[in-house]
Amino acid sequence: MANLESNLAGIKSPNPFWLASAPPTNSGYQVMRAFEAGWGGAVWKTLGTPIVNVTSRFAALDYKQNKMIAMNNIELITDRPLEDNLREIAECKKAFPDRTIIASLMEVCEQKAWHELVKRVQEVDIDGFELNFGCPHGMSERGMGSAVGQHPDLIAQVAEWTKEVARVPVIVKLTPNITDIRFGARGAAQGGADAISLINTINSLMGVDLESWNPIPHVDGKSSHGGYCGPAVKPIALNMVNECARDPQVNIPISGIGGVETWKDAVEFLLLGASNVQVCTAVMHHGFRIVEEMVDGLNNYLDERGIAGVQELVGAAKDRITTWENLNLNYKIIARIDQSKCIHCNKCYIACEDAAHQCIDRIANNGSSTLIVDEQECVGCNLCQMVCPVEDCIEMIQVDTGLPAQSWKQRAAAP
Amino acid sequence: MSSPEPVQGLGQSIHRPLSGIEVKLEANRCLYCFDAPCMHACPTHIDVASFIAKIASGNVKGSAQTIMDANPMGASCARVCPTEELCEGACVYNAAGDSPIRIGDLQRYSIDYVAERDIQLFEPGADSGKRVAVVGGGPAGLSAARDLRRYGHAVTIFEAKRWLGGLNTYGIVPFRLDVDTALWEAEQVVRMGVDVRSNVQVGDDIELDELVRDYDAVIVAVGMGNVPKLGIEGENLEGVWDALDFIERAKIGGTIPDLGERVAVIGAGNTAIDALTCAKRLSIARGREARVVCYYRRGAEQMTAYQFEYDFAKEEGIEFRFFCAPRRIIGQNLHVSGVEFVKTELRDGRLHEIAGSEFIERADTVIRAIGQRRLIETFEELGIRHNDGVVEVDASLRTSRAGVWAAGDCIFEKGTREAMVVEVAEQGKVAARSINAFLTNCHPEKSKDPELVEGLH
Repeated sequence: MANLESNLAGIKSPNPFWLASAPPTNSGYQVMRAFEAGWGGAVWKTLGTPIVNVTSRFAALDYKQNKMIAMNNIELITDRPLEDNLREIAECKKAFPDRTIIASLMEVCEQKAWHELVKRVQEVDIDGFELNFGCPHGMSERGMGSAVGQHPDLIAQVAEWTKEVARVPVIVKLTPNITDIRFGARGAAQGGADAISLINTINSLMGVDLESWNPIPHVDGKSSHGGYCGPAVKPIALNMVNECARDPQVNIPISGIGGVETWKDAVEFLLLGASNVQVCTAVMHHGFRIVEEMVDGLNNYLDERGIAGVQELVGAAKDRITTWENLNLNYKIIARIDQSKCIHCNKCYIACEDAAHQCIDRIANNGSSTLIVDEQECVGCNLCQMVCPVEDCIEMIQVDTGLPAQSWKQRAAAP
Repeated sequence: MSSPEPVQGLGQSIHRPLSGIEVKLEANRCLYCFDAPCMHACPTHIDVASFIAKIASGNVKGSAQTIMDANPMGASCARVCPTEELCEGACVYNAAGDSPIRIGDLQRYSIDYVAERDIQLFEPGADSGKRVAVVGGGPAGLSAARDLRRYGHAVTIFEAKRWLGGLNTYGIVPFRLDVDTALWEAEQVVRMGVDVRSNVQVGDDIELDELVRDYDAVIVAVGMGNVPKLGIEGENLEGVWDALDFIERAKIGGTIPDLGERVAVIGAGNTAIDALTCAKRLSIARGREARVVCYYRRGAEQMTAYQFEYDFAKEEGIEFRFFCAPRRIIGQNLHVSGVEFVKTELRDGRLHEIAGSEFIERADTVIRAIGQRRLIETFEELGIRHNDGVVEVDASLRTSRAGVWAAGDCIFEKGTREAMVVEVAEQGKVAARSINAFLTNCHPEKSKDPELVEGLH
């Protein structure tokens, strides 16, 4: 059994799976259930001045037969009194002392207000704070959430105010609704934050109902942009996490968020630089029980590879990401079709013919057709393999170009 | 048209419609192959990938249009096509070890959608001033009529029976193809502005010569006749049936007396299966389940019914006796009481009766289902060349007689053309296309000596 303990800026959890600050962490009842199911930690639904919510609030993006490959929401922070939330936090911590509870906070940009909120909340036993500078809807119109997160100097300022009174580590949660995620991350580091968490949700409109022309979701016929999350955002999140992980001016631990649903997703976040992960949409889709599969899968993966613990994964592949100019121009792969596995759907043929480099030939063969890759023409783009419905039917094979590795940077610099 | 009253009590349809979630899952499971093999396997070349993609994207009307554009008999084909042998048999998922897409069921979903909403899919073309007579309102004639109207030609269908649809309406058991669907499909053709003369027998009520004289082109789509006699003693006893007559009465009205305790069906083609299962269900509906037995002079390997039909019959509780040929039908008080069979065997590919192996089976009802009679006299009367009752046609389905085309079961020839609804629907299209070319190019010479070829393709 591998050691699944995670450590984010000194905050230790029995496993790297935390619930993100969101509807699943709205109450003590839910967090208790989550801890019973095995979650390593929970970031409580954002505390602040209670708000009033609208109905409806959520919408899903379905793809073909798959439900909810993404969702968005226009729900705000907690709508429950602070004293209720604090009492329940204390109860959860007492019942599950080994688990992590992080208090997510949101307040107007005033030093006094932040000081008061931090002091009040840390009267109960919590493991850290997460400053919600990410929420992109509603609260941002009132100068909070992503309205702060879009100004690195404000991030630094509020982080600093928080650190002035906080007795536990402070995590800054970043919004992806910016041009370059590193600026916000640097602001957090400058303000003395102990860690960052990202990404919060992305500005989005889920759609329009074709019958009524109402936006989805709508509140009495109208809507406003919501926050986009779920499996479809994972690639965006991975990139942003990695950009922060590689930035020398950031240099603080990262809690990875964005589309994590399985242990595999978590491993990717860890390899690219996250110290742990936070999950929301997958729980909203399937319930707390999924953590058992995540823990089990991660454990088996580590054991099979002979890796002692989760912390060995953190950042282990982060430097495999570089800039395009450093990629080897003389590395070549080509597609090869395993004729014994081909089912003749011709998906690869038409994809290559219409959308890539016209290098798959269809050769008529007894009423069917044989698909052959023109290996001289193939540019190794992967498209044929991507559209092939049969596992391992199209393989991308490395061919020796006989040339030494050379990047664009090197080529441009060559005399 | 008013509607006939179908005979009740033959039980549930074999195929239930897909549920909403099944449609969604199945339509999205489709790979939408390029140049898809299912399309090639369909005799009418329905663009299956496209119609399924249209279902998946919520354009069900467009899906139905794609289907019916290629196949005017798309509603009945969705129910009776041997999809295992055609589109679904060609689905690439078979090669991947997965179950094929349920193409027939998805097709039915799209057609049901437009039928339930009374959506008309096609409009007639601009009036060409030409007139075409279609003799026979079965699937081939209807298919031709539909496309001829789309080309803009005036069409009159001469139908010998009361209702349109041919075997779809009269000859396929209702639990495979219900009367409503068959008539709805015919109605879609009629709505295109087709003049229908029902209860008109060409050759009796009106002469083909008149049609050739009065119309710019004629299509003969008269199908085949009833089931031939067995040519043995006792065939005129009460309780001895022609399978098609039996199914027709069970499906669309008419009385069928008590079948008794034992029903013997002679023959093992698809119509035999229909007669067997129909008799079984009818007896159950009447509260006294009969023992229904299929007798075939050859073996299971040689039977012409599709494998899935054979399987279905067995599931319905039908018994099969192979290698026995009927010798005579035995009667009591003018009513059938049994059949004498002789055992047979195949030696060197030839069938031999085994001397001294005669045996008698009790039967209260005997149904003969040994194929359909060829309408030789009709073709002689019409003056079109035929080969043992199979009308001779060229690749564009022209007969030997100028201005006369033929399509459907009357040109069915074993090993050359299949007697399937989908096949004859295609023939209707081919004939209509050929006639349109003929009429619009205004060929002065009507085909005098058409080159006769074996196949359509």
